[in-house]
Amino acid sequence: MHDKILLSHGEGGKRTRDLIAKVIARYFDNPVLSPFFDAGLLGRIDGEIAFTTDGYVVTPPFFPGGDIGRLAVCGTVNDLAVCGAKAVAISCGLILEEGLPMDTLERALAGMRDAAKEAGVTVACGDTKVVERGKGDGIFITTAGVGVSSGEWRPAPSRIRPGDKIVLTGTMGDHQVAVLIARQHLAIEAPVPSDVAPLGGLLLPLLPRFAGKVRFIRDPTRGGVGVTLNEMASAANARFELDEARLPVRESVRGVCEILGFDPLYLANEGKAVLIVAGDVAEEVIVALQGHPYGREAAIVGEVTEGATGVRMRTLAGGVRAVDYPVGDQLPRIC
Amino acid sequence: MCLGVPAKILEVRDSAAVVELGGVRREISLMLIDDVSVGEWVIIHAGFAIEKLSEEAAEQTLALFREIADADEIH
Amino acid sequence: MKYIDDFRDPATARALIARIRRDAGDAPVRLMEVCGTHTVAIARGGLRPLLTGAVTMLSGPGCPVCVTPDGYIDAAIALGMERGVLLASFGDMLRVPGKSSSLEKEKGKGLDIRVVYSPLDAVALAAATPDREVVFLGVGFETTAPAIGGSIKTASVRGVENFSVLSSVRTIPEAMGVLAADPDVRIEGFLCPAHVSVVIGTDAYLPVAERHRIPCVVAGFEPLDILMGISMLLRQRKEGVARVENEYSRVATSSGNRKAQELVREVFVPCDTGWRGIGVIPGSGLRIADAYAAFDAERKFGVPVLFAQEGTACRCGDVLKGKISPPECPLFGKACVPEEPYGPCMVSSEGSCAAYYKYGA
Repeated sequence: MHDKILLSHGEGGKRTRDLIAKVIARYFDNPVLSPFFDAGLLGRIDGEIAFTTDGYVVTPPFFPGGDIGRLAVCGTVNDLAVCGAKAVAISCGLILEEGLPMDTLERALAGMRDAAKEAGVTVACGDTKVVERGKGDGIFITTAGVGVSSGEWRPAPSRIRPGDKIVLTGTMGDHQVAVLIARQHLAIEAPVPSDVAPLGGLLLPLLPRFAGKVRFIRDPTRGGVGVTLNEMASAANARFELDEARLPVRESVRGVCEILGFDPLYLANEGKAVLIVAGDVAEEVIVALQGHPYGREAAIVGEVTEGATGVRMRTLAGGVRAVDYPVGDQLPRIC
Repeated sequence: MCLGVPAKILEVRDSAAVVELGGVRREISLMLIDDVSVGEWVIIHAGFAIEKLSEEAAEQTLALFREIADADEIH
Repeated sequence: MKYIDDFRDPATARALIARIRRDAGDAPVRLMEVCGTHTVAIARGGLRPLLTGAVTMLSGPGCPVCVTPDGYIDAAIALGMERGVLLASFGDMLRVPGKSSSLEKEKGKGLDIRVVYSPLDAVALAAATPDREVVFLGVGFETTAPAIGGSIKTASVRGVENFSVLSSVRTIPEAMGVLAADPDVRIEGFLCPAHVSVVIGTDAYLPVAERHRIPCVVAGFEPLDILMGISMLLRQRKEGVARVENEYSRVATSSGNRKAQELVREVFVPCDTGWRGIGVIPGSGLRIADAYAAFDAERKFGVPVLFAQEGTACRCGDVLKGKISPPECPLFGKACVPEEPYGPCMVSSEGSCAAYYKYGA
């Protein structure tokens, strides 16, 4: 096998078949994928079907706590989980840049394999394309995911009402800080691993147990908790009030934010969920979350109140400020 | 215009130092200050230490704040 | 985190606010926070609603991005697009509107601009790319001037000839003097910048306090620092005095950082400079000294930064002078929003309008 990806690896001929058989297949060894038909045959599925897709273009492809492969599986698994569906099968669409070291590809595939195993999801089909040097940033992965739910629980933003509580399953900003540090151009050393993780095991058991008392769940990826809460508040036509003192943030993430002038509310997370739950079960939900490795720092961070749609925050000093949509990515600032 | 934060000196290397804040480390330039030692606190801005932080003065300010907070409880 | 969390204690904040309310008069006291970082800290801390009725905080022109002329952005774009220069900049500058575009928009069209945390990173970048000219966008006040000067001196000592700075450095006390003298503004106290003062020394404000009889307090950026600073201003006003006091005593001193001041005197020379929205303020700028002309991008590339008084509906100037509050500008929230800013007060993270829009409850 070559040590780099060549254009011919994407041309559909022998090199492509070799790449699939000798490299890719070693990482995704399952009976659905192995025949390498043009489609993965999933058989009959009992339940309601959910379907999602996402593209992954993170640079650099490897960072403390994870990699683009793990991200590609977890992101899609989590989009299904927050909608009440267990991920059953995912696709793996690879776009590789000519010259990509084979080792990079293999490490990404290993990341996907391990994440898929942890999440209990099958890589059922895939595709590989190669683009010319300079036309793609190393490796892009697109995954689409099929999930199944009993149909008894559905996201219901319209049922959100004053008195409901806002729950966050753990610390904010870990993923974005880990990637930023890995890019190295800011020359900062911070012991922050990405939080990228599959959350089906954390979230799905809550649904039969708490049913309609869990109103709505989202995963706060790009734009962080701040953006996600705004989207949820809009969907529900509700007013959210956060309590700054209760927001969970790792000390090292705070350190990076203080130095660069970032607001952790707007930093991306890849292993966290925001839940709106009925006030009377909030404490129980917290206990349930904290019992799981990915929910140890779960906390009630605010509540739904009467008033105009939007997100507000009670500050440490006892004042109130708006938490609005940010404009663009946060950039290191001096002011 | 003045985003500067307090950080602790971990290492001194000629005209540069490694500082730490909340477990986060960065190398910064000491071009703008003299005589820093490991364990001292400085304010860092744009990759430079711009001044030392006096722990004594900080304590005095905090003591004043505590007095004010205590006095307020009595009201 | 040490020296940060202690200055955010909620109980002390409540006590200070009670103190402020007791010392305030019948009408809200008009105080100006000069520094954009204070504007943002006040907004992020949700402090404004806590002061309603007791204190009106006017946001001053201490936002270096807001007062940089749009001609500067145009000159930077020209350097990048027409001369193939690699630009390095603090993040603050990316979205500021020039006459027709911004650095961020031009990045989409191929402008090579890198965001850096320190101007020294720009020097390192130049050293690592000897075949490219690297220009650092040196925007800031006295807090940042020594850092920019330090980068120029470092480049000079190391012989990094492909490095230069497009300088846009301004100094605060002269601007404070202009505002203090403006009868339309009516400032009853200045909350002075923390880190500018760390460099220039708190004595720098004595002329403002004495000439204009306006109390000055240098305050840190944490919520308790700001509230304490406001409380100290109200106490001075009650006593009928106009002194310079230092709340940020843990870092700021009366004479400031001499070493940093010497470096600035070596690399820069005072000059008259235009402030976007205000006009030319004599002696309020720092330009690169002749000895370091080789590192002055304006001279090196022959791109003078033009300052032109604008005549538009944008009232950034009046906002910067504290004459109006952001919502009083006719464009605020309508033609001028963070996604499509008309003027710099809305786009800069330090800008009063952006702070009002983003954090205003």
